[in-house]
Amino acid sequence: MSQIMIKDALQQRELMTSGHLACPGCGGALAMRMVLKELGERTIVTMPACCWSVIAGPYPTASVQVPVYHTAFETGAAVASGIRAALDMRGDTDTTVMVWAGDGGTFDIGLQALSGAAERNENILYVCYDNEAYMNTGIQRSSATPWGAWTTTTPVAQPQANPKKDIMAIMAAHRIPYAATATPAYPTDLVAKVRRAKSVRGTRFLHILAPCPPGWKYADERSMELARLAVRARIFPMLEVEDGQHWRFTMDHPGDPVEPYVRAQGRFRHLDDAQIALVQERVDARWTELLGRVMN
Amino acid sequence: MKKVIVGNHAVSWGVQLARTEVISAYPITPQTQVVEQLSEMCASGELNARFIKVESEHSAMAACMGASAAGARAFTATSSQGLALMHELLHWAAGARHPIVMADINRSLGPGWNIWTEQTDSLAQRDTGWVQLYCETNQEVLDTTIMSFRLAEQVNLPVMLVLDAFYLSHTAEPVDIPDRELVDAFLPKRQARLKLDTAEPHSFNALVPPASYMEMRHALQEAMREARTAFDEVEEEWEQRFGRRYGAVEAYHTDDADLVLVTSGTVTSTARHVIDQRRAAGERVGLVKIKMFRPFPTETLRAALAGIARVAVLDRNLSPGRGGIFAEELRAALYDVPAEDRPQVYGYVLGLGGRDIRPDTIDTVIERTRAAAAPDREDLWVGLLGDDGAPATTGRAQTSADSLPGVEA
Ligand code: SF4
Repeated sequence: MSQIMIKDALQQRELMTSGHLACPGCGGALAMRMVLKELGERTIVTMPACCWSVIAGPYPTASVQVPVYHTAFETGAAVASGIRAALDMRGDTDTTVMVWAGDGGTFDIGLQALSGAAERNENILYVCYDNEAYMNTGIQRSSATPWGAWTTTTPVAQPQANPKKDIMAIMAAHRIPYAATATPAYPTDLVAKVRRAKSVRGTRFLHILAPCPPGWKYADERSMELARLAVRARIFPMLEVEDGQHWRFTMDHPGDPVEPYVRAQGRFRHLDDAQIALVQERVDARWTELLGRVMN
Repeated sequence: MKKVIVGNHAVSWGVQLARTEVISAYPITPQTQVVEQLSEMCASGELNARFIKVESEHSAMAACMGASAAGARAFTATSSQGLALMHELLHWAAGARHPIVMADINRSLGPGWNIWTEQTDSLAQRDTGWVQLYCETNQEVLDTTIMSFRLAEQVNLPVMLVLDAFYLSHTAEPVDIPDRELVDAFLPKRQARLKLDTAEPHSFNALVPPASYMEMRHALQEAMREARTAFDEVEEEWEQRFGRRYGAVEAYHTDDADLVLVTSGTVTSTARHVIDQRRAAGERVGLVKIKMFRPFPTETLRAALAGIARVAVLDRNLSPGRGGIFAEELRAALYDVPAEDRPQVYGYVLGLGGRDIRPDTIDTVIERTRAAAAPDREDLWVGLLGDDGAPATTGRAQTSADSLPGVEA
């Protein structure tokens, strides 16, 4: 039943090719495939430095069949603003200009340019595929890395000490017309949000959870399972925010315990029961906070 | 049409006449008047362009890159810290071969805060792959702005036009503003060879392995070589249409000269005045103005300076640990001149942080150069003050060469 629904929900066209350079089980690769299916050929992508700088293929190859402008780490939203301006001057206001950035290029080094573009309400779609660390350079922590996680710069003796930055609240505070979270583990939800984002004018932001087997340390085939666990356990809720003010959930979040999600990943292996209980506490507290936003 | 305008507005007029399509900029003194007037022009419809008011110079350049990659004619302007902040993307814009034009209004770099003129900001960008053109007058600023677009789009390289803070940026001079139709004929709409286009998708700036990177750098170097001759052709056509030309290098009274000053920017005008006076008194002095710094006009400078005994370079800039940057480049360029024709190069550092360079400052340079058969070091400082704030009477700041350490009078 659900398989039929997914098949019907997704467009047949393929704008991403085989032969790309992602690791097996890469959530970021699957996310791009689904997003491009929905956006279609009339899309121009700019990518700051991230795993996708590699996945897209080295010169002279390309694993996506839309124009791509690879750019410096902190410039995604600003480059997209320039592309948009040039297209508008040509009278082309329909082509989607999309930034495709990792969490480092969004939460950290690219946040200033993103904030500038969002404040100007540039007519662009900004997608952050979030694998929760600098994976392309070998798993260093970013401000999207969850509390307690091991990375190569947050070793087990001193794991990530800060909670994940609340990027959705930051984007909502810019009062952009549309922001949403998604994950390729729920394709129908994801493409519905892409469709919605495509139809809106102004700055649109998609925050996509993109499980990463080598970075999170789990078997390749478990990516979608883990993403679903994250959603069900309210670690990564599925949301839409309109005009920064109207928050709503796009699916049910039963509130499964966080423990199976945490235990499944090597990056959390060092956490003891008390620490996992702390993760649960933090997730519960954020959920309560989020309920406040959704109710209002 | 003649108008009395400041240098910053000469830039804006040039950008408007060039029918620039995308502008992106961030405010910094002394550049701000450029973008203020462009904002007015966009708001009034005088210029049909999208003006992206970004949150930093870094994003200003990034937006220009995106616009240029999508086929638009793009412009920005900045100074000093703003240019330094852009540094990473200056490499990116040149490596991606975007014909962006930028005005840099030369200003000192902090600390301490100093908004006055100095060339170190632009010269420090010499290895980024941007053509650099320095201007002496507001007319030259306007003409160079329009010519820069033509040159940039011909060779697919970004062009930085450079003007002195305040001496040009805020000083009003009569400027002949060319007719729009004539400019249109000189500079047609940009036709990008490759652009971001969904009808013909290409990937730009993808991962480049060692097997191809070096060829791309070589192509960049060849484009710079092409820019040297292309600039002369562009100027040739500009002269035919508008009757003005400046030259990558201008030689002024150099034919029989035994001492030649080398200048760039507005110092040139002061130096011209000094040369005129000394010529009138029968002195065999001349002047070479360098307009084009990148690509460096090596051959032209060799031809202009070979056989001249002493060359005094006026550098309103500093590469700490080395000295004046024009002097350094010039020494390297003249190295291949046969020894008997090779000038002795005196590198003077002066006017930093907007300190005045007056006719008597240039007199000091000439006298010191005449007094010493060879300089005793690469950087000769002029106009330094002593601890008491008065002109220093010891060490490098001396005006009398006979007590300069290591210099034979
Ligand atoms: S490191 Fe992770 S995000 Fe990067 S390509 Fe591999 S699986 Fe994808």
